[in-house]
Amino acid sequence: MVNTYLPKDEVNAFTSQVLTRGSTGQDVKELQSRLKFIGFFKGKVDGVFGWGTYWSLRTFQKEFGMKVDGVAGPKLKEKLVKATKNYKASNTASNTNTKKSNSIVSKITKTSNTNKNNNKKQVENAPNGYTNNDIKLMANAVYGESRGEPYIGQVAVAAVILNRLSSSSFPNSISGIIYQPGAFTAVADGQINLTPNANAKKAVLDAINGWDPTTGCIYYYNPKTATNKWIRKRPKILTIGEHIFCK
Amino acid sequence: MKNAIIIGALSVALIGTGYWGYTKHRDLQEMHNQAENSYQRAFNELTYDVDLLHDKIGATLAMNSKASLSPALADVWRLSIESKSDIAQLPLKFLPFDKTQAFLTKIGNFSYRTAVRDLEKEPLTDEEYNTLKAIYKKSESVQNGLRNVQSDIIDKDLSWIDVQTVSAQKEAPRDNVIINGFKHVEQTKSTVEQDFGPTFTTGPEQSKELKKLTGEKISESEAKKIAKSYFPIKNYKDIAVNKSLNGSKEPFYSVSMEHKNPKADSYMEITETGGHPLFFITNRDIKKQQISLEDAGKSGATYLKKQKYTDMEIYDSSQYDTIGVFQFVKTVNDVRIYPEAIQLKVALDNGKVIGFNAKSYVVSNHKRNIPTPKLTKAQARKKVNPNVEVQEERLAILLNDLNKEVLCYEFIGTLGDDTYDIYVNAMTGDEEKVKKL
Repeated sequence: MVNTYLPKDEVNAFTSQVLTRGSTGQDVKELQSRLKFIGFFKGKVDGVFGWGTYWSLRTFQKEFGMKVDGVAGPKLKEKLVKATKNYKASNTASNTNTKKSNSIVSKITKTSNTNKNNNKKQVENAPNGYTNNDIKLMANAVYGESRGEPYIGQVAVAAVILNRLSSSSFPNSISGIIYQPGAFTAVADGQINLTPNANAKKAVLDAINGWDPTTGCIYYYNPKTATNKWIRKRPKILTIGEHIFCK
Repeated sequence: MKNAIIIGALSVALIGTGYWGYTKHRDLQEMHNQAENSYQRAFNELTYDVDLLHDKIGATLAMNSKASLSPALADVWRLSIESKSDIAQLPLKFLPFDKTQAFLTKIGNFSYRTAVRDLEKEPLTDEEYNTLKAIYKKSESVQNGLRNVQSDIIDKDLSWIDVQTVSAQKEAPRDNVIINGFKHVEQTKSTVEQDFGPTFTTGPEQSKELKKLTGEKISESEAKKIAKSYFPIKNYKDIAVNKSLNGSKEPFYSVSMEHKNPKADSYMEITETGGHPLFFITNRDIKKQQISLEDAGKSGATYLKKQKYTDMEIYDSSQYDTIGVFQFVKTVNDVRIYPEAIQLKVALDNGKVIGFNAKSYVVSNHKRNIPTPKLTKAQARKKVNPNVEVQEERLAILLNDLNKEVLCYEFIGTLGDDTYDIYVNAMTGDEEKVKKL
């Protein structure tokens, strides 16, 4: 554990994990709530260590005479817990007042524990420029189109959607591309409404984060079932699973 | 008596079924009409927007005052985007209409860039004026083509739903009037490069392609060897190598490996020329998080060093459940070279690298002379919006909107609750890019 001289329970609110920009989870929520409690953090307590959390953490480090690096290690957590003695986990969202009666302190552990249980909802992080709904929509399309394909084939289908986004011959939004009439069979026959599995979502995240197995392809087809000759004349780049990817 | 009851019951059933069938049919007809109507609406809007687009381009040709030219060009930009979004709502599956769409996008890019420019200081060049004339002519032929289709649809009462059914057929559709009309529009266009200068044809599309590489060609077995040296899991049940198909300008190998312990799949692509690793992904179940994002980043940095990528600095990290994704960038003499970027994916259960992406690194990596900036840091900072509170600053090489590498001062600052990444050209003082983080 992190230290020995503070009451053990208080530190227990944090785990020993070092938090940096990009971290997610309950620990980040705890960090944000505590920073918010003493007025350093003004954003939403969402469990995602973004830029807002980063700057407020740095301000905290500066004011408390610590090394300013924007990283929440054991020392910082210890200082923060001390500075937020009166912090009560249950009213994290609204409370920015430091003055609370001391009698509450003893309750901290209990409330923060129950709070933790209530907040078990998973923290979701979305890449810059995308919302979680974009990702869900893409995951639906990828699952409907290629759920029988190897994982890399699913990444490739997601990459095709993104390549269309930067292509001048296609609509300018993810929803526009997915719902373009006739563009995807899974949309036409309703398979897009199936609930995607975790792999489809992972594949979408990989594609958004820059992995593109197709090197810029904007079409793909299954040579066994493709109904149109036109698409077979496009320059073919590679085969993954059942699909041929082309430009 | 008995018979009468049976007959009565059957008649009721028959009437009921008939009524049910009738309502079903009516519902279906209604939905059919709704779909048809929304297609018709999109198409009629398209013809209207292209009409207007053509007229507006014509107006810009006749304009002399800079004050009216900029708003007119902005209007052209808006109309080109609207036309494109009309097209996106039509059932044109496999109907080659991509050249017309690209044409509209290029009009948009051209008019946008000229509309936002200060035309007092930098008026339209002769070349740009000729471009305008060329797109005026081309847009007229698009307009006429669409008008013809429109009058056919109205005169002959044609249906868009039919287009949808015809284009789904196995045999290439030949005898649908609408499809033929669209094909005609598509054919009247020559290549886009003829209409626009080269400046307007390089965009994000080109940057996704692999550039011409130099070096020795590698064999399949060499590709296997390279893949093995990158994959984090060494044991395997099966390994297979495939080669890219002949549409790829720069051929590459794809190596897939099936691991048995732990159960996982790895896949990697390596260029044939020079044997450059483009990327790999290992897919496996990831257990509970044991490693912090911070330590995972360190593990990633060690991995890159081991694979002989030097001077790579981590600049961004994000956690997705039990996976950490890290952005690395080459940093030489404290100058970040953003085109030479590598992404890593690290599993947070054991800290092993499970994904590597160096495509932009392979494309951009070369020895470069970083010029001395003409502006000082203080001069560049004056170009930044005074309301932005600058928190970090450094020199960086950036790929700008025209796909050119430019030396910039990068300022990371806050405005209200938001953080912005601002790039000021270190030579000209232009604000090259502002990104909300």
